[in-house]
Amino acid sequence: MNEGLRNSQPTPRRRTILIRRHSVVTRLTHWLNVLCLSFLLLSGLQIFNAYPQLHWGQYGADADPAFLKIGASESNGEPHGFIKIGGVSVPTTGVLGLSKMEGEWTPRAFPAWLTLPSYQDLAAGRRWHFFFAWVFVVNGLVYLGYGLLSRHFRRDLAPNRHELAPRHLWREMIDHARLRFPTGEQARRYNALQKLTYIVVIAALLPLMVLTGLAMSPGVDAAFPVLLDIFGGRQSARTLHFITATLLVLFVVVHVAMVILSGPWNNMRSMVTGRYAIRQKAPDA
Amino acid sequence: MTGLTRRRFLIGSTFGASALALTGCVLEQNAEVGAVIRSAEKLTMKAQRLLLGRGALAREFSEADISPSFRVNGTSAPDGEEYAQLVEDKFASWRLKIDGLVDRPRELSIEDLKRLPARSQITRHDCVEGWSAIGKWTGVPLGILLSSVGLKPSARYAVFHCADELEKTLDGSGRYYESIDLIDAFHPQTILAYAMNNQDLSVGHGAPLRLRVERQLGYKQAKYIMRIEIVDNFAGLWGGNGGYWEDRGYEWYAGI
Repeated sequence: MNEGLRNSQPTPRRRTILIRRHSVVTRLTHWLNVLCLSFLLLSGLQIFNAYPQLHWGQYGADADPAFLKIGASESNGEPHGFIKIGGVSVPTTGVLGLSKMEGEWTPRAFPAWLTLPSYQDLAAGRRWHFFFAWVFVVNGLVYLGYGLLSRHFRRDLAPNRHELAPRHLWREMIDHARLRFPTGEQARRYNALQKLTYIVVIAALLPLMVLTGLAMSPGVDAAFPVLLDIFGGRQSARTLHFITATLLVLFVVVHVAMVILSGPWNNMRSMVTGRYAIRQKAPDA
Repeated sequence: MTGLTRRRFLIGSTFGASALALTGCVLEQNAEVGAVIRSAEKLTMKAQRLLLGRGALAREFSEADISPSFRVNGTSAPDGEEYAQLVEDKFASWRLKIDGLVDRPRELSIEDLKRLPARSQITRHDCVEGWSAIGKWTGVPLGILLSSVGLKPSARYAVFHCADELEKTLDGSGRYYESIDLIDAFHPQTILAYAMNNQDLSVGHGAPLRLRVERQLGYKQAKYIMRIEIVDNFAGLWGGNGGYWEDRGYEWYAGI
């Protein structure tokens, strides 16, 4: 990429060069994934609202112990919303359990602005969810196939032994905490924390979303009963689906924060056009 | 700086989520977008039929796995004089009618059904809302009954007409009904259950007879069955989508 620059006159100033950072397949599947996960999250919360409790095990309904419950109750004549995890109940009036819909206090687990559709409609939520689930799965398979065949995984995501050394990882953590991000030649590659995070998301969280989702299907369970053994039952799978979705939301929050803190314009350009700017130090000569 | 960015991010994502939700609602009202979104159901059904084949069995559990309390789904007790009368005489005058595209229409009493070969299975019931309960069901395999009446070559679906009315309407379209195709009808675990957990079916769980079609969701498990009609399509039935909930936007193939 920077062949042409090598013979140019060395100047004492820093030079900015554009490298090719993201392939067209990576960029397309990334943005399609953003679309899918957004629709899946909002329609998923709509589906959750139809039965806002989570259980552990093969079965679970109102009379059975709940691992998590979002609801509304009344005390001193005042309705309030709560989320209860294990034995701990936290008041969440206004957001969870009880929120305003068109100015009216309405008991519903997740508020209207977080569900698709905004009003309670399980059938519509399911239609959106399963449509985008298909798009998400096909998109994911395209990305996985590409990543293996183009050696994208091996070249860009697999950390080397040096990067995995505890001392190195510790230093990267300190640097991240101080918001000091790699520059120059070091910015050509993902850093080790980035690599490890992306691997966890790509190889663990996203496949787990699909598998726990499939384990909730009575049809798929008949074809692959092993899913019930892996996750410990349909209700456990539903709980894990919810926990994994929460972890993905946390990932997205940190991911977007890092994009903003480490140069939003440059990062966005690289994910849209593929070009990423690197500032090279002036040669010593 | 960080605080500002975080707040901006939160505000931005809130707007983003709302905009997306709003777009979704507006979009689905467009008939073409709605049709594209709905096409996923056919894909799901094809994929599941391919993976499941005709014979894959739903997991059967042990007595120890049975839910201590099995939540009632749908109607908890049908209204009306007619059903009250049936409960009164312990379903002695109840008859299951099987008609439609069959060679020999039949009427069976509950005693007739109990004399036929029976199957018991401890299976998981999955409500479309998300909860599950495990129970033991005993009944007649639907395939045996359908073979006994002789299906005409044009037969494609079994429709279950029920005694419960989930929505009060003047034209009767609030009456519960369901349908399955012949692949599910002849599946070995598809039974017409007259007993649950070793006792006669309670009113809450669909007395005197309910369907168990174990590879699909709870709303397919029609309760209070009065008549089984064999048809070649659903066009003439209420909303034309093959079931009470199907007429209200839910998938006909409820495998997920």
